[in-house]
Amino acid sequence: METLLSIKDLAIDFDQGKRFVRALHGVSLSVAKGEVLGVVGESGCGKSITWLAALGLLGSRARISGSVQLNGQEIAGAAENDMSRLRGGRIAMIFQDPSSSLNPVHRIGRQITEALKLHRGLTGASATAEAARLLDRVGIANATRRLREYPHEMSGGMNQRIMIAMALAGEPDLLIADEPTTALDATIQAQILDLLTELRRDTGMALVLISHDLGVVADMSDRVAVMYGGRVIEEADTGSLFDNPAHPYTKGLIAALPDIDGPRRRLESIPGTVPAPDQLPPGCSFAPRCAIASKICDARMPAFLPFGDSHSHFAACVKCRDEVTTEAALPSEVKRSLVPA
Amino acid sequence: MSGLLQVNDLKRHYEVHVPEGLFGRKASLKAVDGVSFSIEKGRTLGLVGESGCGKSTTAKLVLGLIPATSGTVEFAGTRVTARHDAHWRALRRRMQMIYQDPLGALDRRLPVITQIGEPFEIHNPEMSAAERTERSALLMDSVGLRPDMAMRYPHELSGGQRQRVVIARALALEPDLLVCDEPVSALDVSIQAQVLNLLDDLRERTGFAALFISHDLKVVRQMSDRVAVMYLGRIVEAGLPEDVFRRPQHPYTKALVSAIPTPARRGKRERIVLEGDPPSPVDVPSGCSFHTRCPIAQASCRNEVPKLVESGGHAVACHLVNAGAAPAVQAAE
Repeated sequence: METLLSIKDLAIDFDQGKRFVRALHGVSLSVAKGEVLGVVGESGCGKSITWLAALGLLGSRARISGSVQLNGQEIAGAAENDMSRLRGGRIAMIFQDPSSSLNPVHRIGRQITEALKLHRGLTGASATAEAARLLDRVGIANATRRLREYPHEMSGGMNQRIMIAMALAGEPDLLIADEPTTALDATIQAQILDLLTELRRDTGMALVLISHDLGVVADMSDRVAVMYGGRVIEEADTGSLFDNPAHPYTKGLIAALPDIDGPRRRLESIPGTVPAPDQLPPGCSFAPRCAIASKICDARMPAFLPFGDSHSHFAACVKCRDEVTTEAALPSEVKRSLVPA
Repeated sequence: MSGLLQVNDLKRHYEVHVPEGLFGRKASLKAVDGVSFSIEKGRTLGLVGESGCGKSTTAKLVLGLIPATSGTVEFAGTRVTARHDAHWRALRRRMQMIYQDPLGALDRRLPVITQIGEPFEIHNPEMSAAERTERSALLMDSVGLRPDMAMRYPHELSGGQRQRVVIARALALEPDLLVCDEPVSALDVSIQAQVLNLLDDLRERTGFAALFISHDLKVVRQMSDRVAVMYLGRIVEAGLPEDVFRRPQHPYTKALVSAIPTPARRGKRERIVLEGDPPSPVDVPSGCSFHTRCPIAQASCRNEVPKLVESGGHAVACHLVNAGAAPAVQAAE
């Protein structure tokens, strides 16, 4: 598959006045054309700032290094003018709380036509007609009447649909959805997820779905990246990640989740809490909470290496491979591939 | 036999002003509209529903924090009223509650151990300061807080630790009933599991009954002996969690259960997607309040409010289900 966006060794330091605190420690991720990449992790793991940084939205207090390429073209550190053409055009983003992303004092119609004017040069009646078509596209009935309404006149689910309509205005190749359904009720969440799936099927755009909800990510994604302490610690296609998780953190997250089907079991919790970005342990950042951690884990951050017999499954854990190899569960040719080159 | 907590046809209506015409009009917002349930000693009732369905209002009514429009709440045989007199305070010491936002429930200017000991100060003023500190330290230990955290302030603790402080304080007086309103919704998955397990352990040890409120079906299923599903101020289905979530009868519960994405369900999409938003509680539809979104609604659903009919411990408020004529709800896709 052709790579659409690739992030390489992205690191972010935040200026805390006297010193810099590193919030992201060299993250590399890529999204192929038309693919759905799920990004999961707990609060503070860096899942949102990765994408905000990629779009140049972090402001002057963040020092960013690394490379971000869109279709092979470097966009990290690009001029503000170029970036604002890109944002909302090639790459669109929607956020958790739609009502605070919309301007409360402007009518819906004006906010959508603004995006149409900026990115597609449409004005006047043609812009209004296109805005109505977009609202219709995201499942809002009575589109022409709705264009004259204000965000507060609509429910949270409706506002999220409007955000999606605005994101579609620039006909993006990539939509970054940051917790798009977290503030919504279960039945509305189902509607929005279905809408996103349908739009993706029709337009062929790629989707980055950032969520803390493993269920949502499992349901929507082709591939999933799990983040912890400002790093990607595991990445695999969805099936492989949930059926055969490698990293103890991923395993822990899955076991900590209560289920709706099957027998009730006691939840397995991960002890302790996520370390603060300025108090990360020297080695693997998960080691203090990890049940199988040993001395090697404290020595240095483990490398992000292939796991198992799949070529798309990677994990940053020393111990997870030990476990598998001692169990002799691996075919021999894979064992060879695990030897560091 | 009557349980520890007996709630009968509880209603809470608010007079609201709806913008309409030049001066607007008065309307009645039916936050809770005829809810009945009981909780036995040491058992947990889970209450689920979407935002605005009246779960939290029910919690406040149960504790007598706000007066009911009509209906009764009986706790251990005595009426709970919203008159905050000596009688109410005596009852309240046996009924405690935990909210979603621990930072809002804690005083930012007091070290946590003082806050955990505060219930003793209020309800047992004769207790010596030394004993109070000792009891508070024991409570901290029982909820898994380290002794060195005693003198910290709420902002110095993580979200999960703060919720532990709130739990310790709620359990200080060994209450018979604990009302938990979205106790883990603000917490991360790994911390959520810690707090749920803690509540489970404490319940086993001290035997409190609980009213457990959450929008998250998975969490409610994990914690409850019985569950009740609310929609627009009414209970539409109630029963054992296994029955209600595995074999839901009411079309709303069916849609709700099918809408939950979980890792185990991935790929097997048989979601029932409901049309539209829940109606506003100011304009509750006539008849069955769910008929506007119901995929199997019939003409009769528009006129008559369905009663909650129980058979074999599983109660459903749906005309079609109770008439034994419910066609299977077709899953989308």
